[in-house]
Amino acid sequence: MNYNWNWRIFWEASPDAVGTYMDTLLSGLVWTLMTALSAWVMALVLGAVVGTIRTLPRRAPVAFANTYIELFRNIPLLVQMFLWYFVLPELLPEAAGNWLKSLPNASFITAVISLGFFASARVAVQISAGINSLPRGQKMAGQALGLTLPQTYRFVLLPMAFRLVIPPLTSEFLNVIKNSAVALTIGLMELTAQTRSMQEFSFHVFEAFTAATIIYLGVNVAVVNLMRFIERSVAVPGFIASGKAK
Amino acid sequence: MINFDFDVIERSWVYLFQTGMAFTLKLALYSMVGGIILGTILAMMRLSSNALVSRIAGTYVDGIRSIPLVLVIFWFYFLVPYLGAWAIGSKEPIEVGAFTSSLITFIMFEAAYYCEIMRAGIQSVARGQVWAGYALGMDYFQTMRHIVLPQAFRNMLPVLLTQTIVLFQDVSLVYVLSITDFVGAASKIAQRDGRLIEMYVFVAVVYFILCFSLSLLVKRLQKNIAIIR
Repeated sequence: MNYNWNWRIFWEASPDAVGTYMDTLLSGLVWTLMTALSAWVMALVLGAVVGTIRTLPRRAPVAFANTYIELFRNIPLLVQMFLWYFVLPELLPEAAGNWLKSLPNASFITAVISLGFFASARVAVQISAGINSLPRGQKMAGQALGLTLPQTYRFVLLPMAFRLVIPPLTSEFLNVIKNSAVALTIGLMELTAQTRSMQEFSFHVFEAFTAATIIYLGVNVAVVNLMRFIERSVAVPGFIASGKAK
Repeated sequence: MINFDFDVIERSWVYLFQTGMAFTLKLALYSMVGGIILGTILAMMRLSSNALVSRIAGTYVDGIRSIPLVLVIFWFYFLVPYLGAWAIGSKEPIEVGAFTSSLITFIMFEAAYYCEIMRAGIQSVARGQVWAGYALGMDYFQTMRHIVLPQAFRNMLPVLLTQTIVLFQDVSLVYVLSITDFVGAASKIAQRDGRLIEMYVFVAVVYFILCFSLSLLVKRLQKNIAIIR
């Protein structure tokens, strides 16, 4: 294979004036992590609310939650990003639309919003599955003790459900990190985008991609270990599903 | 509220479907078939009693599953010409068409996800059935072919199809290579005619209708093929 390998390329100055190519990649990593974390917070909050609504004993709220989930699950993330980025500012009143477009970090904000909604639908499914996986008796016991429905959720169901769904939520968080790469299509300079720019400036395709791959793998391992630690420290004693013995 | 121009859709829908959607569907279907075949092989490797074989498959699957599809698309886009040159012994990187390049990408990428599904499927078949196969004098491949895999497929069919819906949505990401898939075609028209709103809303509606009806079908299938144990 006639390809000129040069692994020292990372310590050469890059033309984007921030330093070496390594700095280019690291600034991409920072954007990736910031986008993923902000989107994840949004997804957790929205997902928890919608997921809880989905288990309520009323028809209308359940229908609302289901519509929400289907809407965000059945449109590709790329298309959703285009809708938020290109279409939404045009649909708003002109002043608001122009303000939105002129925000300094418009692509970052758009990426967070679209990733957040996209992931929240998936989180909602996990949360409602977690609530439904609890024995029926727990809810009945709560009601029998005279707790109101909100109290039953607050003190009995949700504290259990949240801890049970940590493993599936971990893989959703990993998905958010990976999906943040889609934001390069709306101009966010996250890790994959910076890798591309390094490749275009330096012509060292495979070094750049190898570095990005290693960084993504490293982030993955770190997140998996962190979540395992969290999972262990909040595990419900006596529940097999809490991960210790299978 | 601006005026929604249905005319641009009316003018371009033939192009959108004949060029764009045809590409998307073809790529999704071929990748599904290739991905399931390669994924099943990977799953069998992962469950192999040979530590090395299982390690290789495991590393590949875990590796692919932890990097973004967009990065994988770029990887293969640049790698495939070199690999092709290496395979046929040519000095220069060979030229690979957009379709072939993305097909290889998606088969290699989705195989990792199909592998995990098929692994669960194979593990869902009771141990005793494998032993029964061996007791009847079948070898490993005959047992797999006639006993384990047919049941694994049947058990996992809904999950395999759900993954295929995800794959169908993922295909939209070939947009990053400026390929004229459904989204790519729509975005070309959108930019040419300055009609971004109409085009992107139309794309979203079409995707939603297709994916939603597919997921309803999968749900119905799930009820119909469930095996009573």
